[in-house]
Amino acid sequence: MVKKMFGLLIPVLSVVLGLLAGAIIMLVSGYNPVDAYMALFFGIFGDSYFLGEAIRTVTPYILAGLAVAFAFRTGLFNIGVEGQLIVGWLAAVWVGITFELPMLIHLPLAILAGGLAGAVWAFIPGLLKAKFRVHEVIVSIMLNYTALHVTNYIISYVLTDKLDKTNNIFETATLRSPLLSGLTDGSRLHWGIIVAIICAIIMWFILEKTTTGFELKAVGFNQHASEYAGMNVNRNIMMSMVISGVFAGFAGAMEGLGTFGYASIKSGFTGIGFDGIAVALLGANTAIGVVLAAFLFGGLKAGALNIPVETPIPNEIVDIVIALIVFFVASSYFIRWILNRINKKGVK
Amino acid sequence: MKKRKMGLMMSLVLAAGTILAACGSDDGKKDEGAKKESDKFKVAMVTDIGGVDDRSFNQSSWEGLQAFGKENNLTEKEGYTYLQSKSDADYNTNLTQLARQNYNLVFGVGYLLQNSIEEVAAQRKDTNFAIIDAVSKGDNVASITFKEHVGSFLVGVIAGKTTKTNKVGFVGGMDSELIKKFESGFIAGVKTVNPKAEVIIQYAGNFGAPEKGQAIANTLYSSGADIIYHAAGGTGKGVFKAATDLKKQDPSKEIYVIGVDRDQYDEGAVEVNGKKENITLTSMVKRVDVAVQDLSNKAMNGEFPGGENVEYGLEENAIAISEHTDHVSEEALKAVDEYITKIKAGEIEVPKTKAEYEAMGF
Repeated sequence: MVKKMFGLLIPVLSVVLGLLAGAIIMLVSGYNPVDAYMALFFGIFGDSYFLGEAIRTVTPYILAGLAVAFAFRTGLFNIGVEGQLIVGWLAAVWVGITFELPMLIHLPLAILAGGLAGAVWAFIPGLLKAKFRVHEVIVSIMLNYTALHVTNYIISYVLTDKLDKTNNIFETATLRSPLLSGLTDGSRLHWGIIVAIICAIIMWFILEKTTTGFELKAVGFNQHASEYAGMNVNRNIMMSMVISGVFAGFAGAMEGLGTFGYASIKSGFTGIGFDGIAVALLGANTAIGVVLAAFLFGGLKAGALNIPVETPIPNEIVDIVIALIVFFVASSYFIRWILNRINKKGVK
Repeated sequence: MKKRKMGLMMSLVLAAGTILAACGSDDGKKDEGAKKESDKFKVAMVTDIGGVDDRSFNQSSWEGLQAFGKENNLTEKEGYTYLQSKSDADYNTNLTQLARQNYNLVFGVGYLLQNSIEEVAAQRKDTNFAIIDAVSKGDNVASITFKEHVGSFLVGVIAGKTTKTNKVGFVGGMDSELIKKFESGFIAGVKTVNPKAEVIIQYAGNFGAPEKGQAIANTLYSSGADIIYHAAGGTGKGVFKAATDLKKQDPSKEIYVIGVDRDQYDEGAVEVNGKKENITLTSMVKRVDVAVQDLSNKAMNGEFPGGENVEYGLEENAIAISEHTDHVSEEALKAVDEYITKIKAGEIEVPKTKAEYEAMGF
């Protein structure tokens, strides 16, 4: 019980610290932090439009967070979520613009294509790790760049004739709906949030309620002990990466089928995959924790857009403040680690 | 341990105190401001991911808005403002935000915002939108494009008059309709004043690959070209790099680069043996600020050209050549003036596409 309270306390504390640090920056630069935080808050909960946009921003963060968290539970650091997200995005859009099918088939097919592409992309580091003990961090980081440039190439030379974005997906593959958009004053809110929540439940179910999940976690705790207990460590490593990749691919599919409706050439990473690492760490790698952390992250990102509109605070300061909050939020993992260290020493 | 916790507590309390102290200072002011501004014309812009200090068209657009604000005594953040996009997911949100804040006219800077402008404009019928460098449909959307081919023609005239090897190069970013305008105008300009000159065309396939630009420029210079015109955005930086490097190696070489979009005189600065040189011959200057200011004025006076494509060119002073003319001969400048008059008078039709300039016999 005490431990649980402690687990909850650290994220809350780090958010508060982040807000305070941001406030100090604003005070030093001569702006009113209360106005800024009011605008931030209003930018998330102020009215239906903002709420819709905030939830839309949260959707891919949940899935990217789940992807990182799932791999992490098996002792793997999947830094390649960004790349898996990008290929998932492209694959989903590819299906979305190529086939003409009834929505009942088309939409699930497009989403699954995204997940599959992410899985394939994550399978490579999984395989290399399992067979040759190549560290998955290095492989997956490099695969991020590969994904970025391969998708850019496919968009401009395969899917289009040297254009910088694909056609819009067919209506039958879109996650958006006039209903949600109408409810939220024309925001880009789409059904992806349902997919994300379902995925969170699936992750919880796999890890907590199935034998496979038990094995995956066991490998995460101690590879050698698991092997001694008769578990197939290599198979579990690959499986964990593949499932993680599916989540990441779904995150990309949400962007492709929901937020944008097309895939475009990217000059750099979306950043969602990397923020997913912070989301997973803040959420302590649990399904529910990830969902909550994603709401915080997505909310901050969406709400921050409202600060320069309603206050005289320049964009640059807003960027710094948001970065500080994210920094403190992300460093909750280190706060936890340091506190644990100190506690352990104290016991001795 | 206890001491540390105390320290933390202290700093928290301190911070909280300062924040509270800053509360409740300007409630009154805000309301007054809002009332005053409510019936005034308000204009805003959304940048692409470049930001307002990109030394390119985002910055130029913002300068246009600032000029407009000054002209009409508007205050920043109330009468005119900008929102910066951190990713392409922010375009829609930023445009919508400004529409909801009752801005009368919202600019989307750059063709990257085309999709978002069309989508948001369809939802927010009460707000007027303008897109720069792209053509969008919609009654409340005005499209701003530039006669880049005309400007390219003028720098082509200078290149044709300046080249000693009778070989000039052109480096494009993406092989697209827009960049073809630059290419066609340039070729026409060179060949009109110097039919013997050869124009070598190369495309980098990318707007953000300076290393490619540098490699292409090196090939062009070593194959005898002495002037390169680039229409390649960030890739063009590599063209400048190649030229300045060559100049450093062999100061006697007469090689030049022609800049694009804004006056790229500074990019061409190079120090050779302690002497300051500059390898920028001229630049094809696209005055996005002029267009932004002009369209804002039109909208304020109730003449918003909704659904139209407004093309800015020489007549509006939105297309020009650089003011720096260190390396440009009197003769070339005279020729430029001559052709400006002819183009304005309609005596010369500058080609926009490959088919058009081929039809002209070049």
